Amino acid sequence: MPFFVFAFLFLLYPSSTIIIRTFKDSETGQFTLKNVLNLLQNPYVLGAYWLSIKISVVTALGGGIFGFLLAYASIRGGLPRYTRSSLMTFSGVASNFAGIPLAFAFIALLSPTGMLTGWLEAIGIDIYDHGFTLYRFWGLSIVYMYFQFPLMVLIIAPAIDGLRREWIEASENLGASTFQYWRYVAFPILLPSIMGSMILLFGNAFGAFATAVALTGGSSMNLATIVIGAELRGDVLGDPGLGYAVAFGMVVVMTVVMVGYTILQRRAERWLK
Amino acid sequence: MGVLYFFLPLLATFLFSLRAELGHLSFRAYTNVFSDPQFQIKFPASVLWASLTIIFGVVLFVPTAYWVRLKVPQFRTPVELITLLPFVVPAIVYVFGLVRTYSQPPLLIVNSPGLLVAGYTVLSMPYMYRSIDTGLRAIDVHTLTEAAQSLGAGWGTILFRVIFPNIRVSILSGAFLSFAIVMGEYTLAQYLAKPAFAPYIALLIQNKAYEPAAATIISFVLIWACMGIIQIIGGSEQGTVTGGH
Repeated sequence: MPFFVFAFLFLLYPSSTIIIRTFKDSETGQFTLKNVLNLLQNPYVLGAYWLSIKISVVTALGGGIFGFLLAYASIRGGLPRYTRSSLMTFSGVASNFAGIPLAFAFIALLSPTGMLTGWLEAIGIDIYDHGFTLYRFWGLSIVYMYFQFPLMVLIIAPAIDGLRREWIEASENLGASTFQYWRYVAFPILLPSIMGSMILLFGNAFGAFATAVALTGGSSMNLATIVIGAELRGDVLGDPGLGYAVAFGMVVVMTVVMVGYTILQRRAERWLK
Repeated sequence: MGVLYFFLPLLATFLFSLRAELGHLSFRAYTNVFSDPQFQIKFPASVLWASLTIIFGVVLFVPTAYWVRLKVPQFRTPVELITLLPFVVPAIVYVFGLVRTYSQPPLLIVNSPGLLVAGYTVLSMPYMYRSIDTGLRAIDVHTLTEAAQSLGAGWGTILFRVIFPNIRVSILSGAFLSFAIVMGEYTLAQYLAKPAFAPYIALLIQNKAYEPAAATIISFVLIWACMGIIQIIGGSEQGTVTGGH
């Protein structure tokens, strides 16, 4: 079947190249764990992974919580019906509006000459005096959040839809307070979905590259993806084998993410059928 | 608050894009972008990549999904796993693999535009394939096939004159989603050194002030249009999540 030929040539084979060359000595061609061990001892690469993980955790939590509250408010907050459909449309657009144009939109908003920076200055707050920079950790986090929270809205909405009215009515009849309803009914049911979605958000941020490159020029923030980009331009690591190991490491992290997501999604489906 | 977060960056970009002429607001930045020879090469190039990706994707995935449903349901799991694999391999890692695999003899095809289209087909595969598969689930593939066969139709006729029209909506929403993805894609085009819209914006950011703002707005309008069309033709809201950040 042509599909398998295609998948093999352009997906499986290039991916397996990364894996095979990770475990192959670039000079002798023999099996080796050298590249992986080098990676684990290289402070520059480990730092890049750590930064990627930090920003992914921060934006997955932030985007996850914000996205969940937004989705819940629009679905169950007693707001008119059109709020929900417009939120879904916005989320579809915003989660797609990423990469280079997104980076520029935030440059226009929050760079030293940006619009919001100017507005805040006019009321006496100079954010750049308070140590904020768009081009570093928190700045990049704010930009990532722009595609993180809409994604959360889109993937958590079905779970919120699955919360049945009967449950809140039943718990009210049994004399439960709103807090108790959340603590003992809604939260335990939603927890696997929320965790699963946040894991997906983590992966989404972890693999992000274009946004970071456009914003920082690839210099002030050394994310794992940026290290791979630099390695591809020219052998910055000074060791081709290490480059494969860095790429391989990312695939490992993403695989863990997808497996975790699948497991949690299965758990979530038990209640939300 | 969500609305503010959503609109403020766009508002800032839009206002900024109008300031190309000193002292008053104008659409000068937009006319500059449209008349830029670079834009006139790279924007249509992206449209071409997107169209080829869609055609290639449809021709490849519709028969596959159809065949799996009709004849070999035991292949469903492996095929679905393959179509989800691009989620596991981030774009930059993927292009790293492509370049390293295909930049040495005997597989020296790294400069071929075909590789870029193949790469885009892979990136859009999770959305395209799932969209098509959802469409096929909604129709009775077996009955339609048998009916067509008993009327004497060959496989080509069945696929193109029976199955295709019945899942037109799914194919179209997959197509517009793929279009939005390819038009905004940076990583693959940049590292395979092919002209495209997103790398062009990146270049503008480095060299110009107001023009990248105009290009950003153009790109946003494009995404909005794609999503709007998907909604109008009746695609589900679930299908509109993409990657490529």
